[in-house]
Amino acid sequence: MDATAAKLIGAGLAAIGAGIAAIGVGNVFGSFLESALRNPGAADGQQGRLFIGFAAAELLGLLSFVVAMILIFVA
Amino acid sequence: MAEHGRVDPMAQFKIEPLFGTDHWAIAGHNIAFTNSALWMAITTVALWIFVAGGMKRALVPGRWQMAVETMTGFIDGLLSANIGPNGKKYVPYIFSLFMFILFANILGLLPLSLLGVHPFTFTSHFSVTGVLAILSFSIVLIVGFAKHKLHFFSLFVPHGTPVWLLWLIPIIELISFLVRPFSLALRLFVAMMAGHVLLEVLSSFVISSANSGLLWGGVVGLPSFLLMIAICALEILVAGIQAYVFALLTSLYLNDAENLH
Repeated sequence: MDATAAKLIGAGLAAIGAGIAAIGVGNVFGSFLESALRNPGAADGQQGRLFIGFAAAELLGLLSFVVAMILIFVA
Repeated sequence: MAEHGRVDPMAQFKIEPLFGTDHWAIAGHNIAFTNSALWMAITTVALWIFVAGGMKRALVPGRWQMAVETMTGFIDGLLSANIGPNGKKYVPYIFSLFMFILFANILGLLPLSLLGVHPFTFTSHFSVTGVLAILSFSIVLIVGFAKHKLHFFSLFVPHGTPVWLLWLIPIIELISFLVRPFSLALRLFVAMMAGHVLLEVLSSFVISSANSGLLWGGVVGLPSFLLMIAICALEILVAGIQAYVFALLTSLYLNDAENLH
């Protein structure tokens, strides 16, 4: 296979990672909402943890974006 | 990359020297005043005006003072929740960090192109966010070693580590500790860059489809334009969340340095 084509296919495959990270981010907020509705009194105190979980899940998706960008523009 | 009639989504991140300072140099290093530096200066001035307007110290605060006090109170609450009473002394740093990133993100989103000015989001550059992350990380290191001396290394051995895992856990903890500045910088930079690239790609859809006639303009251009408006709203949210996450994670790392595990 042509090297450029392989790079572009690799960048496209890296986008799968972004999609899966989207599931992860949705899971973080979905689970938070689910339990926040069960116990609204405790919800406000957990917002810091919510965003830590969001940041951790999001970072992995952003990493796949970086991989795609490196494949297209750098490699 | 830019071909005829196409929008280059990466052109907006180009750093250009301004005001004929291209060849300014110190010891062989170029120190040209770039659009990145200009927007950092604008951000700083905007932030300074915002805070200075709220320094009246009125007993019954007006709107502006209320806005500033809400922000400082928010950071104060963040630090006392994450670090405890020792966190009070980091309020100036975290407040500056949070507001600087927030203002930078939002100023970069302003539709100033309508006036012929091209806003430049300097937080979409790894060199800028990297320096911010190194600043936070070195404060963590300095505070940790100054307060706990070599006992700071006990950070790598969490409470309740089984003895038979003592060879593995410190290595994992060390790696996760060393990765922190990269993850801090990378998160902000990629989130800002991805959002701006997305907006630019959608705008190129709108322009190209509108140029190729009414049919494609209606089928492709209009939905893209509506999506663009929605993404703009999302980007404002992301600008706030990323600034908050940067401040939050910095305060968590400072908590490790202040209180160990």
